Amino acid sequence: MYDLKALYEAQSVENAVELRLQHPEAQIIAGGTDVLVQMREGKRAGKELISIYGIDALRGVSLDEEENIRIGSLTSFSHITKDPIIQKYINVLGEAVDTIGGPQIRNAGTIGGNTCNGVTSADSASTLFAWDAIIELTGKDGVRRLPIQDFYLGAGKVDIHPDEIQTAILIPKASYENCFGHYIKYAMRNAMDIATTGCSVNVVLSGDKKTIQRARIGYGVAGPIPMRAPTAEAAAQGKPLTAEAVDAFAAAVLEDIHPRDSWRAGKAFRQHIAVEMARRCLVESIKLAGGVMA
Amino acid sequence: MSKQVGQSKIRVDAFDKATGRAKYTDDLCGREALVTRIVHSTVAHGLVTAVDIDEALQVPGVVRIFTCFDVPDIPFPTAGHPWSTDPHHQDVADRLLLNRHVRFYGDDVAVVVAEDEVAAAQAARLVKVTYEEYPFVLDVQKAMEPDAPQIHEEFPGNILGHTEIRNGDYQKAIQEPGLIKVEGWYDTPTVQHCHIENHICTAHMEAGRVIVTSSTQIPHIVRRVCGQALGIPWGKVRLIKPYIGGGFGNKQDALYEPLCAWLTTQLGGRLVKIDCSREETFVCNRVRHAIRTHIISWVRPDGTFAARKIEAFSNQGAYASHGHGVNAKGVNAFPQLYPCPNIEGDAWTVYTNMPAAGAMRGYGIPQAMWAGESHLDDVARALGRDPVEYRRQVVMPVGFKDGFSKNENYFDTFNQVMDKGMAAIGYAEKRKAYQNQTGPVRRGIGMALFWYNTAVWPISLESSSCRMVLNQDGSIQVQTGETEIGQGCDTAYAQMAADAVGIPFEDVHMVSTQDTDVTPFGTGAYASRQTYIGGFSIRQTGQLLKERILSYAVELTRQTRSNLDLIDGKIIRISDGRELMTLGDLATEALYSLTHSEHLTAESTYQIKNNAYSFGCTFAEVEVDIPMCKVKLLNIVNVHDCGALINPALAEAQVHGGMSMGIGYGLSEQLLFDQKTGRPLNNNLLDYKLSTFMDHPHLQAEFVENPEPTSPYGTKALGEPPACSPAPAIRNAILQATGVAMYKAPMNPQALFARFSEEGIL
Repeated sequence: MYDLKALYEAQSVENAVELRLQHPEAQIIAGGTDVLVQMREGKRAGKELISIYGIDALRGVSLDEEENIRIGSLTSFSHITKDPIIQKYINVLGEAVDTIGGPQIRNAGTIGGNTCNGVTSADSASTLFAWDAIIELTGKDGVRRLPIQDFYLGAGKVDIHPDEIQTAILIPKASYENCFGHYIKYAMRNAMDIATTGCSVNVVLSGDKKTIQRARIGYGVAGPIPMRAPTAEAAAQGKPLTAEAVDAFAAAVLEDIHPRDSWRAGKAFRQHIAVEMARRCLVESIKLAGGVMA
Repeated sequence: MSKQVGQSKIRVDAFDKATGRAKYTDDLCGREALVTRIVHSTVAHGLVTAVDIDEALQVPGVVRIFTCFDVPDIPFPTAGHPWSTDPHHQDVADRLLLNRHVRFYGDDVAVVVAEDEVAAAQAARLVKVTYEEYPFVLDVQKAMEPDAPQIHEEFPGNILGHTEIRNGDYQKAIQEPGLIKVEGWYDTPTVQHCHIENHICTAHMEAGRVIVTSSTQIPHIVRRVCGQALGIPWGKVRLIKPYIGGGFGNKQDALYEPLCAWLTTQLGGRLVKIDCSREETFVCNRVRHAIRTHIISWVRPDGTFAARKIEAFSNQGAYASHGHGVNAKGVNAFPQLYPCPNIEGDAWTVYTNMPAAGAMRGYGIPQAMWAGESHLDDVARALGRDPVEYRRQVVMPVGFKDGFSKNENYFDTFNQVMDKGMAAIGYAEKRKAYQNQTGPVRRGIGMALFWYNTAVWPISLESSSCRMVLNQDGSIQVQTGETEIGQGCDTAYAQMAADAVGIPFEDVHMVSTQDTDVTPFGTGAYASRQTYIGGFSIRQTGQLLKERILSYAVELTRQTRSNLDLIDGKIIRISDGRELMTLGDLATEALYSLTHSEHLTAESTYQIKNNAYSFGCTFAEVEVDIPMCKVKLLNIVNVHDCGALINPALAEAQVHGGMSMGIGYGLSEQLLFDQKTGRPLNNNLLDYKLSTFMDHPHLQAEFVENPEPTSPYGTKALGEPPACSPAPAIRNAILQATGVAMYKAPMNPQALFARFSEEGIL
């Protein structure tokens, strides 16, 4: 039995926008795998809910006219993992969201909910950061797009206006072309767990596959919101595929990340594994891109 | 005669449980039930000075709110032990239904009764409790310090129990020249049972009596505790135990049944329900005692022990529950498993401001094996000996007899289980292959033995009672005071009863529900005793029923009694093997005869004055990713000598469950508390790292079947033993892989990071 005041079910995106304006106090709910848990805990008890879960137009993965990957915000984790477009161009995202919870949660939970929660541990977020994802929001004045880095405002806070809902996540063609990536979720057990730290790395190699043309790295739980490690990325750019280059890249992440001490894990421990994860993710990404370590 | 015992019969409750047809407490609860929400203490130690319920009472749907100022001033014990008629051996009565003097963060202060869960939850949030806060202590040894906060007036120094072992002359023995000293401190965490069904109970009144339905392992004991807590005659309480979703010892305690029983008496006898959330189950039920153990061994170069010392400090938490019995059991195993003439042992059980610790699968032995078996590998390493080969030298010999329990090591069990485990996992080759590894990822193989004994004789009463009733068709109902809690005892009992009476397995109908109004007296499921203890009264009662059947058959067949037998549900003339009639025909005649009608039943009690050792071991193989501070369990094998197997498939399943629990104990599980406030940090199934299916390799169960001479079916303990040795076996495998000895469970990544850093291998 959930302590909720009212439930409004949006029939379309326009209807969702109307409901948002009519019920400014209401909480948006999609798959409910976070909102209902919080409600049960009393954190959002007694709230009104606007369910957008029935808006099928927000489900599915496609390529738009510019060949950007468009992921509808209500696409479930299990659908993302099994989607052929995802598997072809950004398989790492499918692998990342396949580490969330268990099968039932992955069937119900959505990538839109995962990002709108604004939490640093979201398993999709580090990969979306590392692939320069664009968040699409729809409100009464139409569509607004912004880079995912700008979407996250702080822990648990994202940039959604009172009339908006998130409608899609886009991966630009320039981001995924010739790009290969790997994600490591570091958790205390192999299923049903939250990331202690998540690390997602991707690379584009030079035409001869001898140097790193571009390396990007995103982290979850390395700070209050997901983040990139620009110092490390710069350290790798143009470097040959050597152990030294990989080590330099990995060591440089400490310039960028600032994990905290908590009862879940200590700061020194998180820093240690963050470096190791960066190293392993980069080596794996190079391998996926067809590179051979010197 | 086809023998049912020894066959892998399908569980008698399998279909109903798999299809959702089986009724559990909540399924049986009427929709008219009032629901409750308990208001828990938000300080670790203090005195409630006021409870303001005015605002909470305004919530629509709230019926009543009871506080710690309303409950009877009758302290009561909760432990699921048989009652002792000797006042000196009775369990400690140290809590009230709701407590003014709160002793841990989560103690019960007030209870909201409402028409629905939402109203109860809203009102519970509005109850304002004012405390006079006291200093608190969480650590067991700090609680023993002279200036530590005092938690119970009757127990100065917070010492709930202390027992000592003084064998030989330790101080003199350690003077022997040339001894090698091996010393270590070994810590185990506070963990919880995590049974699937949280504790739940309901109560209502009928004919002036309180009827309690509960998810409990121990219906007759809980009935007694309810009577004690309410100050009413025990016969005024009727306790019903339907199917339950696991217990593992947590439900071997009176939990919220006394409060629920009292609530209905305050609500005009209306049906009322207390349904624990998972968060409450973690901290407001019972936990496993965290035990810190200090061991010193003085070893001669030939490996023999000159002297040994053990001190074990058990964190009792806020209330006595099972108390000192748990640590005492663990420390008592110490001189038995590896005998040594000079032993000094001390077991301390100490109150702290932590959740109350009670019974949990293994009852002190998983803690004792973590310490003792980790230490044994430390000794073997100091001597440069192979851990298996060294154990063969020093382990309890065949013929060893414990003076107190009179338990005897009849067979060469330890060597047999080690042989079987070594072969199953490929110990010798792997141990050799994994020597002197370098590199970031290394493998290791390790093992641990365990000591266990079945049931509680001679410390407590051991008796079992059984009733059998014959139906018209020759089938029977069987009732026992022993309880099915998911472990499968109903199925084992049906097999035993079939053999004892001489009827097919399918003709035995187990009455799974225990109802203290109609079920024979029994103390319930604990101490791995159900199959061993239940077997005595089932055999005896079955023979009694068979005798009555055959006496009646004499009348019907005009044959002599000595020439008749009951085999597979048929009356057989022994001399020529002819089937004279079916049991169904006999039973129908017996009930409807116009000349001699008789209701054929049997009922008896058997008092057991024995106990049985149940030994075994675990072998574990790990891969340690040193830079990632992670352990991957590659293979694990448990080998048990639990006597003759009653149902091999169920025995194997029992071992799998225990191994899973042991893996979590070793690698991931621990309840954490904020050191500044005593607040539990991870009392939910996300943050408490119960091991999952994905954390397990194939769980291999092997058996050595030495029939237990004292049991009518040759059986002995298997419920708890599987959880006793996996953790130290994994620890010893990590030791081989990395050379790093772990001293604290769980060996989670954070703990490995700390130790690997200390040892300089990162």
